[in-house]
Amino acid sequence: MKISSQEVEYVAHLARLEINEKEKEKFTSQLNDILLYIDKLNELDTKGVEPMSHAIAVTNAFREDKTSTSIGTEQTLTNAPDARGEFFRVPKVIE
Amino acid sequence: MDFETVIGLEVHAQLLTDTKIFCGCSTKFGGAPNSHTCPVCLGMPGVLPVLNKKVVEYAMKMALATNCEINKSCEFARKNYFYPDLPKGYQISQYAFPLAEHGHVLLDVNGEQKKIGITRIHMEEDAGKLLHDEHNPVSYVDLNRTGVPLIEIVSEPDMRSPEEAADYLRRLHEILVYLEICDGNMEEGSFRCDANVSIRPRGQKEYGTRTELKNMNSFRNGQRALEYEIKRQQYLVENGGTVVQETRLWDDAQGVTNSMRSKEEAHDYRYFPDPDLVPILVDQPWVDKNKKDLPELPLAKRERFVKDYQIPAYDAGVLTADKALAIYYEEVVKICSKPKVASNWIMGDVMRFLNEDKRSIRECPVKAESLAEMINLIDEGAISGKMAKEVVEDMYKTGKSPQDIIKEKGLVQITDEGELIKTITAIIEANPAQLKDYRDGKEKLFGFFVGQVMKATQGKANPQLVNELLKKMLAGPS
Repeated sequence: MKISSQEVEYVAHLARLEINEKEKEKFTSQLNDILLYIDKLNELDTKGVEPMSHAIAVTNAFREDKTSTSIGTEQTLTNAPDARGEFFRVPKVIE
Repeated sequence: MDFETVIGLEVHAQLLTDTKIFCGCSTKFGGAPNSHTCPVCLGMPGVLPVLNKKVVEYAMKMALATNCEINKSCEFARKNYFYPDLPKGYQISQYAFPLAEHGHVLLDVNGEQKKIGITRIHMEEDAGKLLHDEHNPVSYVDLNRTGVPLIEIVSEPDMRSPEEAADYLRRLHEILVYLEICDGNMEEGSFRCDANVSIRPRGQKEYGTRTELKNMNSFRNGQRALEYEIKRQQYLVENGGTVVQETRLWDDAQGVTNSMRSKEEAHDYRYFPDPDLVPILVDQPWVDKNKKDLPELPLAKRERFVKDYQIPAYDAGVLTADKALAIYYEEVVKICSKPKVASNWIMGDVMRFLNEDKRSIRECPVKAESLAEMINLIDEGAISGKMAKEVVEDMYKTGKSPQDIIKEKGLVQITDEGELIKTITAIIEANPAQLKDYRDGKEKLFGFFVGQVMKATQGKANPQLVNELLKKMLAGPS
């Protein structure tokens, strides 16, 4: 097995996903298949090949430090599940 | 037991760009909540962040000013965690490949230079601001600050005392402000610091378990927080306890650090390269250009002041702590060519007025030329040092030139011998008893006569001339 059900539970928690026992079993098996499939890449000899983070050869994509129009408070809050005045409102998160 | 303290610092400095790091929203402080926002910094799906070139250049300047090596290639990574001030669910930062590494700054520790290593400097975006409701279990989110460019400067665990840590922070702050890439405003959060602190028995090689301190929003608070935390750790260890690795918050009002028990203490940020942002290649010409544009840095300026103006290192330190103050000082010296006198007036009277009013040198009503002219007037004997005290205070209050103030107040020093001889003659005649005692050897009475002359001239007599004449005339006709 490439991945344990505890690991699946941990990853689900990190992603704030609630999954039941049946789902956990299913996802463990599915993720295991995926990881095994990806493992196939390890058969390739990559000695001397620089690791790459991007599939395209573009570098240095910059913009100048010029202000563009912001969308404003009202529109910013349009999609907010909860808002009050000019703020998003969320459950208290202080520790 | 004798303990040694080990401190490493992480400084976040907000860069003085006009726009955010990955979008064109304004970085201005104090806008209406959630008004400096757009789909990119709000973390809407499908948007594409594009890097602000100025952020790279500013970060590079700081790296060069702190003797770092600029990496030829660097990239951004996603740091994943959930918090309401982070709309995307990840912060764009740099991880495996930062912009710069292996730098240092020099501190003056007990008269000796000490090198504090800089592990790395990387670029990242700031998060939003949370306001907590005091009465209801809710928080309010303002995303104006989300995406404002920061550099994080990570030091080696090279500091051995809270004083060294505070000193290191002052040096970094100074350099950032000199480079004009950060306004250094600690109250508005433009310069923030976290500390890693541990103690170990002196002589031990391994580091002790460290705690991370947050929420220290001034140099003084930082030092106090570190002092407290070191005492706390020592107390724990000396009483058979152990230090737990955790994050602790400095409580300024109580003067203590408190454990910040988070539900997810074991952070797992799952960093990975941000696929939206392509790698950054920095070639030598780009580095050279930024190197060429570096201004004279605080340390170099300090050394030059000591050498060129022959002022004490202490004076040079005070005068160069603020770039604007250093410029002001040099303007004054250029006109009056009295470096030490100029330093005394600036560090004494001028800075006292400014501190009382919480003003910076930029807002100083006493123009550099005016102060220089005043120093020249003292030098020429036109006014006494005592009068100058009054003049400088008036210049500060009114912004007028010293000449105008002297004219208005009639503060002209009497340097006319004939006039002074007349005054002294009258005083001697009016005090025969004191004259006799003086001539009989009571030399202390000299001060009495000086006082009488000053009183008669309302303090306007040139003191040196008064001394000279009095000595001659009290001795009697020769």
